[in-house]
Amino acid sequence: MVQLALPKNSRVTRGQHHPAPAGAKRVKTFKVYRYDPEGNGNPRWDTYDVDVDACGPMVLDVLIHIKNTIDPTLAFRRSCREGVCGSCAMNIGGNNHLACTHGWEETAGKDCVISPLPSMPVLKDLVPDLTMFYAQYASIEPWLHTTTPEPQKEWLQSPEDREKLDGLYECILCACCTTSCPSYWWNGDRYLGPATLLHAYRWLIDSRDEATGERLDALEDPFKLYRCHTIMNCAQVCPKGLNPAKAIAEVKKMLADRIV
Amino acid sequence: MTDAARPARQPPLSPHVQVWRWHITMLSSILHRVTGGALYGGALILAIWAICLGAGPEAYMSFMTILGSIPGKVVMFGLTLAVFYHLGNGVRHLVWDAGHGFDVKTANLTSVATLAFALAATLAIWVIAAMTGAL
Repeated sequence: MVQLALPKNSRVTRGQHHPAPAGAKRVKTFKVYRYDPEGNGNPRWDTYDVDVDACGPMVLDVLIHIKNTIDPTLAFRRSCREGVCGSCAMNIGGNNHLACTHGWEETAGKDCVISPLPSMPVLKDLVPDLTMFYAQYASIEPWLHTTTPEPQKEWLQSPEDREKLDGLYECILCACCTTSCPSYWWNGDRYLGPATLLHAYRWLIDSRDEATGERLDALEDPFKLYRCHTIMNCAQVCPKGLNPAKAIAEVKKMLADRIV
Repeated sequence: MTDAARPARQPPLSPHVQVWRWHITMLSSILHRVTGGALYGGALILAIWAICLGAGPEAYMSFMTILGSIPGKVVMFGLTLAVFYHLGNGVRHLVWDAGHGFDVKTANLTSVATLAFALAATLAIWVIAAMTGAL
């Protein structure tokens, strides 16, 4: 269901302002979404005037700087700090990025606005609840299905067949694409979303997989697959430069080819 | 533990359209919906036109007076835009369904091209209409 306004408990109120330390030469304001699950209030926008000469170039550098020197209560996920793990996915300046690979200078506007991945339940501050996202990923059974007896060594694949997985296997499941999709915002409980569907295609075209028919059967559903309306937000925001929209179109083509 | 007795709070939903910065492809998509909806109204106007045509010269004249008024012309201009935009973007969807044009740069370009086509075709139709005295 399309619901443009946020529910009452999710409306973001004005929060605290943290001024820059005295003597800071270059100051940038970061407007950060805060939600305290142990308090009673609604989420709020806290603003931090950050001395950007004191921290690194990436948004993650700034968040770590805020947590270390200004406000230790700020919560966010991070791990690899080099765009490999996908933990620090969040909305920065209105689009989804990995905080570790996105420079704060790249964001449009006077203030750099940082909020959790869109349209997700928030556990705390910038930490969304991704339970549903992972459950949807698991639902497509993202592993090799075979019926023929297992070979002595590995399952072999020609270089050409292996090439078909390029542009798909690189996905790090950061959820930037899925939470960028308006279709997922309105129907996230039934539409699988771009990331999961990209993986569905990755297993559909794997030359070693022997469950193509069953996999297609499972996707042939008005909501799971066909809620993709080619809005293209997924491809626009993917931090790895992948194209879920194209993968979804390929799945639709496979389903059409099956009938004709 | 006292914590366990505390009723669980419903977690808030993070902001979506409230914070989202639109790409042109998202605008194209929503416009396809909007123009599609508008064309339902257009079909209704066409049906009323046909009914009035059948109902005789008086009904037809009053229909044409309403349609020929300034607000009527504005609506018709909007509908012309909607037809051409929906047509252009429909072709774009057809190409997509064949598996082409998904590259982000290409998609951005075809968004702009569709908008330009709709505007140019609409202006052309209205200029021809004005020149032939149909307005």
